[in-house]
Amino acid sequence: MSSFECVKWSKFFGSFVVVLLGLSLWGASDSDWDLEPMKPNLRDKDSLQRGLGLYVNFCLGCHSLQYRRYERTAKDLGDIPKDLMLENVIFTGQPIGGYMKSSMSKEDAKNWFGAAPPDLTMVTRVRSPKWVYNFLKTFYIDDKRPFGVNNKVFPNVGMPHVLLPLQGFAVEDCFGYEAVDLMELESILREKKLEGILTRTDRETEVEPWDRLEGREPNCPELTTIPETGLYNVEQFDQAAYDLANFLHYMGDPSREIRQSMGGYVIVFLVILTIFAYFLKREYWKDVPKSPPRVRKEHTSEL
Amino acid sequence: MSESLENRGFIARSMTWINARFPWTPTMEKHATKYYAPKNFNVWYVFGVLAFVVLIIQLVTGLFLTMNYVPTAEGAFGSIEYAMHEVDLGWLIRYAHSTGASAFFVVIYLHMFRGFAYGSYRKPRELIWLIGMGIYLVLMAEGFFGYLLPWGNMSYWGAQVIVSLVGAVPIVGADLAEWVRGDFVLSGITLNRFFALHVFALPGVLVVLVFVHMVALHHVGSNNPDGIEIKNKKDEKGVPLDGIPFHPYYTVHDFFAVMVFLILFCAVMFFAPEMFGYFIEKPNFEIANPIATPDHIAPVWYYTPFYAMLRAVTFPLFGLDAKFWGLVVMAGAILIPIALPWLDKSPVKSIRYKGRISKFMLGMLVISFIVLGYLGTIPPSGFGTATAQIATLVYFSYFLLMPWYTQREKTKPVPERVTGGH
Repeated sequence: MSSFECVKWSKFFGSFVVVLLGLSLWGASDSDWDLEPMKPNLRDKDSLQRGLGLYVNFCLGCHSLQYRRYERTAKDLGDIPKDLMLENVIFTGQPIGGYMKSSMSKEDAKNWFGAAPPDLTMVTRVRSPKWVYNFLKTFYIDDKRPFGVNNKVFPNVGMPHVLLPLQGFAVEDCFGYEAVDLMELESILREKKLEGILTRTDRETEVEPWDRLEGREPNCPELTTIPETGLYNVEQFDQAAYDLANFLHYMGDPSREIRQSMGGYVIVFLVILTIFAYFLKREYWKDVPKSPPRVRKEHTSEL
Repeated sequence: MSESLENRGFIARSMTWINARFPWTPTMEKHATKYYAPKNFNVWYVFGVLAFVVLIIQLVTGLFLTMNYVPTAEGAFGSIEYAMHEVDLGWLIRYAHSTGASAFFVVIYLHMFRGFAYGSYRKPRELIWLIGMGIYLVLMAEGFFGYLLPWGNMSYWGAQVIVSLVGAVPIVGADLAEWVRGDFVLSGITLNRFFALHVFALPGVLVVLVFVHMVALHHVGSNNPDGIEIKNKKDEKGVPLDGIPFHPYYTVHDFFAVMVFLILFCAVMFFAPEMFGYFIEKPNFEIANPIATPDHIAPVWYYTPFYAMLRAVTFPLFGLDAKFWGLVVMAGAILIPIALPWLDKSPVKSIRYKGRISKFMLGMLVISFIVLGYLGTIPPSGFGTATAQIATLVYFSYFLLMPWYTQREKTKPVPERVTGGH
């Protein structure tokens, strides 16, 4: 069975597969922003639970997880008791068997944001957990946008920086945060009716004119968070962004853990069966008289 | 007589009873225990059996998917995600079906390549080849209709692109596209008819064609890597000297092959069901949105060689636009293997004994197909289009120049009896 041809052809195909894989690594991304690495960890139930907490507090108001029930989530995230879920996670008065839907109506959403916020059940499968992690971390102050913030990974996103109370103000590093007049910034955000998301308003800094923000380089490669403007420090906020991305990674494909553990057993079983199948085949084929080997004659033609 | 019948065991008596009413034993003998297959099959001869295994996987998983699926524009996407998130083992059924779709094309392309290499389409197997091409066409349609059913955004826009191709047909195109969609735009009505075709009509046709394919094969007998007829050399009992009974020899052989295949299949299904976006494309995790086109619309990998050929035609001709000629080239590329039995004029069947030009052309065919397959997955570019045009010419030249090069080249002498093998 293992003729020379198999080897030859498999080498032939193998080399193409290598070339194709190499080419496919070119894959383009949405913006030029270099994404920081992020490795999800579904075994870290603490992280997933913190992610769930952050999600229901900061995201679920607008972004449904409409393909998922609370009950299944509670079970998967370490058998969270029903009472605990009802008290601390389910704010919409839904039963534990209800789908994790936003209570915002589509019409309101359209009026407020111009488009209904998308469902995020599968966002990490459409994008990637890494993308979500970086997206959450790269909001920065931009007075040209309706909500006073822009995003590096998703430029001109139509969403306010919901985690601003946690992160604080992030600015493009090119002009330095010392330049920002926080009082003025605050009044601008207030003008845009965003005072609700400001938590620290009593801060004094060096006064520099706000218009230093104008005329800056369009693609500033660094963001800096102004210290003491949010509830979390940088490491804590990174962890929060990680927990949310990790939670959404779990959300995208809840079967992942069981799938991979089941897959391991199935493949071990199949390998054992394959060994028996091979010896069964060899035993039967002992009776079959061998054919003469292939004679590889050279071409006699001039072609 | 009656005494001996009574002395026999229960099973033997049952068989006699059944055989008097149904040709069980003769059928088993004709198709298994006395069906003689060449003993020198190599690894290329397992893909037919594997295709049959994948067909069974698709029929069974498809049945269970249908139990959870809602064939409406409003419910389709949600019902599949419901199966993925809330139904016990729903994810297994769905991933088995989506992995099976790609696996089907993997084994079919390899099965067809086997036919190309060893001349399995040559006399007296022309009808097997034609029926096989019929299976291939139905399979492509089946895959296309099935791909719309998850109602993801790539489902929607992929179908949109392909249905709009129909619109490129001169004069009647627009009406034809509307007839296919059943609506002015791709909508829930289109989804309903694609569902009916995917789960009812085409699987039925497929099963019938597969049955006929095997009946024809068992009538003439299998070809083999030497491309010689084992029926020409028989012993005094009429058994081919180089043939061995399909059962038990090839049943145990194929059982082993199926196990190896299932290991690979399960590795993908359990550990990489999206296959890095090649088996399930990323935009398909978003619900179909008629006003938001994905950044880059690409069909699933098994159509991309033909999609690249479609895009390679960039110039109008005879007053008809490029899109129409692209459609013609694409359809031609899919259909042209039908003509193989009459294009191949070589005195030998197998690539082992064909000349150097045949070997070179077959190699070029494989290379062009893979290059086109890759180009079809990436956004169009100037260099890509030029490459695709060259690869398209190479692809067609394998077929269209075949009558010339198979006659011109010198072939090697064919052995009297089969060689190599296990």
